[in-house]
Amino acid sequence: MSILVYTESENGKLKKAAYEVASYAKGIADLMGTSVTAVTVNAENVEELGQYGVDKVLKVSNDKLSKFNADAYAEVITQAAKKEGSKVVIISQSANAKYMAPLLAVDLEAGYVSNAVKLPTVDEGFNVERTAFTNKAFSITSISTDVKVLGLSSNSYGLKENESSLTQEEFSPELTDENFGITVESVDKNKDKVSIADAEVVVSAGRGMKGPENWGMIEELAEVLNAATACSKPVSDMGWRPHGEHVGQTGKPVATNLYIAIGISGAIQHLAGISASKNKVVINTDPEAPFFKAADYGVVGDAFEVVPQLIEKLKEFKANNS
Amino acid sequence: MHSILEPKLLYLFYNTLKIDVMKILVCISHVPDTTSKINFVDNDTKFDTNGVQFVINPNDEFGLTRAMWFKEKQNATVDVVTVGGKDTEPTIRKCLAIGADTAYRVDTEPLDGFQVAKELAKVAKDGEYDLVIAGRESIDYNGGMVPGMLAKLIGANFINTCVSLEIEGETATAVREMDGGKETIKTTLPLVIGGQKGLVEESDLKIPNMRGIMMARKKPLNVIEPLSSEIHTEAKSFRKPEPKSEVTLIDADNLDKLIDLLHNEAKAI
Ligand SMILES: Cc1cc2nc3c(=O)[nH]c(=O)nc-3n(C[C@H](O)[C@H](O)[C@H](O)COP(=O)(O)OP(=O)(O)OC[C@H]3O[C@@H](n4cnc5c(N)ncnc54)[C@H](O)[C@@H]3O)c2cc1C
Ligand SMILES: Nc1ncnc2c1ncn2[C@@H]1O[C@H](COP(=O)(O)O)[C@@H](O)[C@H]1O
Repeated sequence: MSILVYTESENGKLKKAAYEVASYAKGIADLMGTSVTAVTVNAENVEELGQYGVDKVLKVSNDKLSKFNADAYAEVITQAAKKEGSKVVIISQSANAKYMAPLLAVDLEAGYVSNAVKLPTVDEGFNVERTAFTNKAFSITSISTDVKVLGLSSNSYGLKENESSLTQEEFSPELTDENFGITVESVDKNKDKVSIADAEVVVSAGRGMKGPENWGMIEELAEVLNAATACSKPVSDMGWRPHGEHVGQTGKPVATNLYIAIGISGAIQHLAGISASKNKVVINTDPEAPFFKAADYGVVGDAFEVVPQLIEKLKEFKANNS
Repeated sequence: MHSILEPKLLYLFYNTLKIDVMKILVCISHVPDTTSKINFVDNDTKFDTNGVQFVINPNDEFGLTRAMWFKEKQNATVDVVTVGGKDTEPTIRKCLAIGADTAYRVDTEPLDGFQVAKELAKVAKDGEYDLVIAGRESIDYNGGMVPGMLAKLIGANFINTCVSLEIEGETATAVREMDGGKETIKTTLPLVIGGQKGLVEESDLKIPNMRGIMMARKKPLNVIEPLSSEIHTEAKSFRKPEPKSEVTLIDADNLDKLIDLLHNEAKAI
């Protein structure tokens, strides 16, 4: 009956999102009077999950799972859920988790709610609040199936410490060739850079930067802040930046702690995709730019003057605060 | 006639034929234009469609354009399908005007991703499609679940957030976007993808021309009876985000203040 949570890792290390989904699973377990079981795939040190309310870890170690494979991972979690008799399965909303979730839901004959932002209410049916219309609204969605899968929007619940006495168990689900209909031939990951999904801070720039040759200062600012870089849609459409950096309603969603928008006007489609970020800063020459209505902090000024100064001052700040 | 052909030859013949006519189904979700004001009616239980313009879901538009490429370059046939009421017909007509061959509309209100996936699975199975192109997510409810569920229901391979797709015979080579990078994938048909920008570029998107619009009028738009109304989830009510507080403006000559606020007030650095 335990709540099952899939805690993701990368290169053997649990991701921050894993502790957030674990915290959320613990919140639900408390509501439903049960415990939390986590599943990890090829993760090495899992003890820390015990600080976020996980009671038991099912550790899967399998070389065939060294590269993410949605169907095979869905099968692993399905078998874990069946073994634990879990009625609620929690996943993150990383690209991989979103890829896998619908497969998992069908395997478990479960109703799936994506983009959940709060704990469900469980006294009258099972209802959960999620974002809809790309952050322009929230919807209360009910799930009527016996088994339920919830995808938690990143940074919406936060990390909640909850010491538990963790037990660990090796778990070896049965996988067949059928689970590997897809072969990953090569992975092209930028190892030195934080991804938009994992970043605490995102530095994003738009058409106000005039041309791709001016991105040096954007990258430098990102480096100082240990941030990911992002851009507006036209910037990627014109090939100034790769498509992977395009954020907004039709690009990647951003739900980060700090979003800095430089030379971005703040069109509705852009704002929709980034509005789940906690703190938004805008730097723009035009005080009438719509972004000022959506931002928490604003600087009216020329990016070509403001950004280099900001970099210098942040370097000083970091030197004094470390 | 057939008896004079060796079974192996027959098989080859069949296979060649199959390659010649790759059958593609594109799933089209009919959604409010990205600039729409989002409001709710009936005690905040329903989306207010008043004055809202509906369009082809942007992710689906990229998929449809890629499908047209397969039609032009590899002789594929391209059908489109939507699950929805009569109000969705202008949207699928537009797909016909862009160049799709046949449109299907499953005549029921889409209420839940699983329900939609089941209806689409029936259409995909009955039509024996080799490739089903859907979008990564629809921009209205952002479910991000229909393509994966559909793939599982019909036993096809599945690639999500697909940004490049090539098909050679029965083999597909695709690029998938993931957090912080991309990966190249090999798989076989039948295949379902959740597509997005990158499948084609923005500048490749097709706008229907006069000839296309005229031709679309003569193309079939078949209405299909729905299977059932089994739903797993239901959007019970909606609310809009709280209004935002005013922006704090910081003088461009006083960036220390910004750093101070980000550090002490926002606790973001
Ligand atoms: C269907 C659809 C989907 C879309 N989806 C997205 C999406 O997902 N994401 C997205 O971003 N857009 C999206 N758009 C596009 C969106 O409508 C805007 O066109 C786009 O966001 C504008 O990008 P921008 O702010 O970089 O450029 P602009 O609107 O051109 O703004 C540039 C800004 O830079 C400022 N500026 C100029 N010079 C300087 C300087 N020296 N220093 C500081 N500031 C300066 C200007 O004042 C201006 O505000 C979509 C559009 C459509 C129709
Ligand atoms: N009502 C529908 N009719 C046809 N296709 C749909 C429908 N709803 C969703 N889809 C397809 O599934 C994709 C993802 O939608 P969703 O899971 O709702 O986010 C869309 O981009 C469409 O390709």
